Amino acid sequence: MSESIKVPTMAEYMAQGKQPEVLFWVGCAGSFDDRAKKISKAFVKLLHNAKVDFAVLGTEESCTGDPAKRAGNEFLFQMQAMMNIQVLNGYEIKKIVTACPHCFNTLKNEYPELGGNYEVMHHTQFLKSLLNEGRLKVAGGKFKGKRITFHDPCYLGRANNEYEAPRELLEKLEVELVEMKRCKSRGLCCGAGGAQMFKEPEKGDKDINIERTEEAIETQPEVIAAGCPFCNTMLTDGVKAKEKETEVAVMDIAEMIANAEDL
Amino acid sequence: MKYLPNIIFLVALAVGIGYFTLNIRKLIRNIKLGREIEELGDKKERWGNVVRIALGQSKMVVRPVAGIMHIIVYVGFVIINLEVLEIIIDGLFGTHRVFASLGPVYDLLIASFEILALLVIVAVVVFWIRRNVQRLRRFMNPEMKGWPKNDANYILYFEVVLMTLFLTMNATDHQLQHLGSAHYTQAGMFPVSSYLLPVFSDMSEQSLILVERTAWWLHIIGILIFLNYLYFSKHLHIILAFPNVFFGKVVPKGKFKNLESVTKEVKLMMDPNADPFAAPAEGTEVPAKFGASDVMDLSRIQLLNAYTCTECGRCTSECPANQTGKKLSPRKIMMDTRDRLEEIGKNINKNGEFKDDGKQLLDDYITREELWACTTCNACVEACPVSIDPLSIIMDMRQYLVMEKSAAPNELNISMTNIENNGAPWPYNQMDRLNWKNEL
Repeated sequence: MSESIKVPTMAEYMAQGKQPEVLFWVGCAGSFDDRAKKISKAFVKLLHNAKVDFAVLGTEESCTGDPAKRAGNEFLFQMQAMMNIQVLNGYEIKKIVTACPHCFNTLKNEYPELGGNYEVMHHTQFLKSLLNEGRLKVAGGKFKGKRITFHDPCYLGRANNEYEAPRELLEKLEVELVEMKRCKSRGLCCGAGGAQMFKEPEKGDKDINIERTEEAIETQPEVIAAGCPFCNTMLTDGVKAKEKETEVAVMDIAEMIANAEDL
Repeated sequence: MKYLPNIIFLVALAVGIGYFTLNIRKLIRNIKLGREIEELGDKKERWGNVVRIALGQSKMVVRPVAGIMHIIVYVGFVIINLEVLEIIIDGLFGTHRVFASLGPVYDLLIASFEILALLVIVAVVVFWIRRNVQRLRRFMNPEMKGWPKNDANYILYFEVVLMTLFLTMNATDHQLQHLGSAHYTQAGMFPVSSYLLPVFSDMSEQSLILVERTAWWLHIIGILIFLNYLYFSKHLHIILAFPNVFFGKVVPKGKFKNLESVTKEVKLMMDPNADPFAAPAEGTEVPAKFGASDVMDLSRIQLLNAYTCTECGRCTSECPANQTGKKLSPRKIMMDTRDRLEEIGKNINKNGEFKDDGKQLLDDYITREELWACTTCNACVEACPVSIDPLSIIMDMRQYLVMEKSAAPNELNISMTNIENNGAPWPYNQMDRLNWKNEL
């Protein structure tokens, strides 16, 4: 790509008196985590390619409060939520897209009662809508015919009943989708939810991400597709622990689409 | 003395139903120890759930073997209860097979009861094998030792005995009809109990009447005992599943409730015009305790959940923490909640009101290790066939630990401090949030 991709902030839009079509909520992982930043970049490339007029909050974005809330710190959660809502409402945000199911769930379900009402979409849902509108083209490319398994993020699947959007995108990539035994509403958690990402697991026989990675590897995939930066980290760690990193990749669906088109 | 059986029957019925009512009132009193239910939202969806999930058993069949067997026992239970109605009328008024006047319809009814009774026996035997021979993993967890294991088996034995009595009663009745015995009206169709006829073919009329009457009396007394057993057993779900499903969560599973008391404080903090040193306005209530350390801090729905749980363990077998050997078992969360609630109920029975017993749900029943092992993945909530929400109890107890006791695991405290200071769970500067765009 020779032309540079711009990631405008809401402040810049405001200065120009403009309103973007959608706000890309990057999230903490997407902003700071080296692995998750790649997902943010891939998603931005797709937005750019589909000529979506988007903006980010940049330094005005702050943690949604999800990990604080699930850890039991309702106070910190609501502080975060109120601050974010002030910023979002200040910019008169109507529509938000995010690549993190935890941000997605919190913004969509837990912000309205605190005064934050937005149309919130997970990036797989948004990409699907771009596809339906003919703005985004997804073709087989590199992944055509490859064995792929999809790991349902709890906060997209069970928490919000979205099982189809990521699968439809994978279908468009013409992959051979092999489901794990525990999938969709019975999908096994990667082990990161409920603030587990930020602490050591309790004593047990095995780590949850290993259990899940083993199940994914059993389907003999070339790629384990994910839709959440935390699942991505957990499964990547799992694949490494199983010493399979040369055979199995863990990729976000946005990365796969961007990759298929050589973006 | 002619009316002695009628009187005995009336007394048995009154005692059976009376004691049951007494216990149900205790149960309602105990549930009311919980916090009041806020708003229920969409009633239509709730009734839809009752029809689909409770009456229609839609979640049971997610596991087809247990699901289909359960539907047999459930349908058998509901249908065969029509027969109980007849038994009650006969018992009170000294009639015999009072519905016989329905003619062919009656034949069909009795025939269907018999077939169901046989199917119930088969299903119950399968259930017993699953628990005691196959020993499915979810029936073998630590919380299933002792009473919970025995309770499950007693229920199965009860059902076999009741069904056997029912078939014996029909077989002897049928034989008495053949003999043209007085009082035994020609009625009914007996596709199953007919096979028992050879057992009774050599008996005298006198002995047959004795067996028939004994089976009849034991059957109805057995049902009354079973009814009263419910309150002491996990089997309460046969009644409570219906209200419990009605009160089940109808918003997305990922939506956890926002604490209103916290909202008030946060709004005050963020209001630039608020005077931070102002004394609280006259009449403002003392802020409620955050989260739950005992059952009284839980909501009435959560307490109803605890009484409804039939300990099937589908939640636990889907729980990622439990599957990887952690101590957390969502079923145990529900069992502990009920046990503690019952303990408090007994305390109230004894003292007239609750006298502090130095115990609480947290630590004395549910350990912190269990609470911190949860990934909030909602697998347990999804798995429950009767819409129980163990996750909500875990969350309320975490809130108590963090907001009342500042007792979060240290790594979590570090993340939360990071969120507070720099808007991310990791120690990165908020000003660097958009640095990734330079790598594009």
